[in-house]
Amino acid sequence: MQTVEEMILKHPFWSGLNPQYFPLLQGCATSERFEAGQLIFQEGQEADHFFLIQTGQVRLYAFVPGRGSVTIQTVSAGAALGWSWLFPPYHWHFSAQANEVTELMAFDAKFLRDTSEANHDFGYELIKRVSSMLLQRLQETRLLLVDFYGFPR
Amino acid sequence: MNISDRVSVEYAGLRELFGVLRANGYQLVGPRLRDGAIIYDELVSISDLPAGWTDEQEGGKYRLREREDGALFGYAVGPHSWKKFLFPPVLREWQAQRTDSGLQFSKEPQKTPRYAFIGVRSCELHAMAVQDRIFMGEKFVDPVYAERRKNAFIVAVNCSQAGGTCFCVSMKTGPQARAGFDLALTEITEDGCHCFVIEVGTEAGAQVLRQIPHHRATEQDQRAAEQVVQRTAEQMGRVMDTVGIKELLYRNYEHPRWDEVASRCLTCANCTMVCPTCFCSTVEEVTDLTGEHAERWRKWDSCFHVNFSYVAGGSVRASTKSRYRQWMTHKLATWIDQFGTSGCVGCGRCITWCPVAIDITEEVRAIRETESLRASTLQPKGPIACKPSKK
Amino acid sequence: MLPKEFRVRRVRRETPDTFTVEIEAANGDQAFGFAPGQFNMLYAFGVGEIAISISGDPQAKSLMHTTRVVGTVTKGLGKLRPGDALGVRGPFGSSWPIERAAGCDVVVVAGGIGLAPLRGALYHLVSCRKELRRLVLLYGVRSPQDILYRRDLERWRNGGLQTFVTVDRATGSWLGHVGVVTSLIPHAPFDPVNAVVMVCGPEIMMRYTMLALQKRGVSEERIFLSMERNMKCAVGFCGHCQFGPEFICKDGPVFCYDRIKNWLGIREL
Repeated sequence: MQTVEEMILKHPFWSGLNPQYFPLLQGCATSERFEAGQLIFQEGQEADHFFLIQTGQVRLYAFVPGRGSVTIQTVSAGAALGWSWLFPPYHWHFSAQANEVTELMAFDAKFLRDTSEANHDFGYELIKRVSSMLLQRLQETRLLLVDFYGFPR
Repeated sequence: MNISDRVSVEYAGLRELFGVLRANGYQLVGPRLRDGAIIYDELVSISDLPAGWTDEQEGGKYRLREREDGALFGYAVGPHSWKKFLFPPVLREWQAQRTDSGLQFSKEPQKTPRYAFIGVRSCELHAMAVQDRIFMGEKFVDPVYAERRKNAFIVAVNCSQAGGTCFCVSMKTGPQARAGFDLALTEITEDGCHCFVIEVGTEAGAQVLRQIPHHRATEQDQRAAEQVVQRTAEQMGRVMDTVGIKELLYRNYEHPRWDEVASRCLTCANCTMVCPTCFCSTVEEVTDLTGEHAERWRKWDSCFHVNFSYVAGGSVRASTKSRYRQWMTHKLATWIDQFGTSGCVGCGRCITWCPVAIDITEEVRAIRETESLRASTLQPKGPIACKPSKK
Repeated sequence: MLPKEFRVRRVRRETPDTFTVEIEAANGDQAFGFAPGQFNMLYAFGVGEIAISISGDPQAKSLMHTTRVVGTVTKGLGKLRPGDALGVRGPFGSSWPIERAAGCDVVVVAGGIGLAPLRGALYHLVSCRKELRRLVLLYGVRSPQDILYRRDLERWRNGGLQTFVTVDRATGSWLGHVGVVTSLIPHAPFDPVNAVVMVCGPEIMMRYTMLALQKRGVSEERIFLSMERNMKCAVGFCGHCQFGPEFICKDGPVFCYDRIKNWLGIREL
């Protein structure tokens, strides 16, 4: 059974982070486990955690009246989940559900925000990594728009 | 008589040469005057040649003019090239029959013509050698081309005047014919004489030559012949700087000059039709009304056609710019990686027969001269010289 | 080169716009051997020829070809019924470097119908699974109904192929990955230093796959892709299939990324 400390150290998101920040992160992190089909967060709810996926798969979806829940993307082990905690109004834009047994590390969002404001060095490290993942996610989303498999009919 | 020997032959002797070739079962083809141009077609006798005619060529211009002498070969090259005979523009490849038991495929019964090419220029000899590397490659051989090539008897001619768009000197493909011929003749029409200094290229050539009146070429004859070629070499209408040309074009796939030439190019495909090395073809299925008989025909094609690069979804080279760039970079650059030589022999036909006078030598010059200017702006680099695909 | 007469054994509809035609030699001979990655020119009588990758098991007696219906020839082929005759020329082209796989982390990345040219390679790789260190398939399609070869995927999964399937658009009850196939690359279970990657799919998908693989640290000589261009003769004479200096029909269709990486970046090449 891995300790929270070990999990933080190993997750690719924190790769290259100065070890002096690990106690800080440990202090605001909890390990959570979701069963298949369990809701992780819902659209509109307060976004009070930043998640890193250890194992499993999470689907991001929007609930559309008449169409049911429409899956936008799935995120898997090694990835980060959730950005709405970064900026006001701090509400989730989409809903997230575990597709299979999923283990997450949840970091207290307010703590991360406050700490970043007080300690810009840490803030920069955090934002650097968040931006990198955001860029990745944006590029993947844009490629979806390109529609690899379609061609003009 | 040995290979490389030079003999002198009078006009009458050349007339007999025609007869000897025909007697040996050759179908003579060579220059003829038709529809205001000198083209290549069947020759019956020496009087079929466009004696006393010459051509005036420039970008987008071709005119015939009468000469003051009766020279038989006093012109440069016209819109035809010898690929018309070796790589026929229209060819039935095979036939298929649908029967009760299935499909039957039958080859074309090949009756390969034995051509004697009369009046092949040095650039054209090089063009044939270039096409040899395509159609008689290591892995695949085109039997129609190979047979016709093997059977052909070649009477080359050293040009006595350069065409207005010629640049064989730049491409090192002339004007002197050096290899690939059975006989090579230089026409001398000065001091009142009309004779030919003929160089023996092969034993087959020697055999034919022995049957016509000739005598060993004198020092004077040989010097006169050399001077003819020398004069021609000094008359080149164009120059192409080939130093580092492959790398130059590989570096400049995104050069703005391509957009500039594309604004002029009509994609009419004339250049590819007249070019003696262009080899692209397409296939066409032809069926009859019963639905039981089908044929596959091969036809000349051009990379300038928008459908040439069609894949599911659309043409890869939809724009004029991409098609002109494909033709020119293939001819001068990627050809070298593919076949080990340039695809261009400096004959100038593409310049003469372009309706808007696009000049391949000018396009290369423009890119070369403005390349350093481009380097100061943010431009993506083109591919660096690739590893050749053939070892 | 004359086509040989072959007979249709079976035509199977794979997805709404894709079908597989299985053929065998008319005279009952063993079909000619082929290396996965190679292609045949299939001739529909009176309609024309088209280049299609051979997508079956190299050990089988019959030859399989999967294609999308995109024009008159593919439509003609799709109308054939068991016992009908067609013409075949082939096999042509280069093949997947499966001889390099031993001891490596083999990663197969397929987009859409790109799985078809890789299928023969997958049969072989699964059969020699013990010789490989890892074997992973990353397969992306537009939607769940476009997934090809479901039975083979199941069989291969049981044979030791780690399979990740993703769809661009989730429909119905799809509970798997949703997202472009390139999004599977950052966290796929393989060691980039020991990888041999084989990629096939729409050219744009392959271009972005190259980027993602390089970002992961896979070097260019360990990546292979299958290119496609207009083909008429398949023997390097007609000039249609040129891609820079390469003739896709005889220098390809399978290329090492290292060899063509600069050409891939040029628009409308």
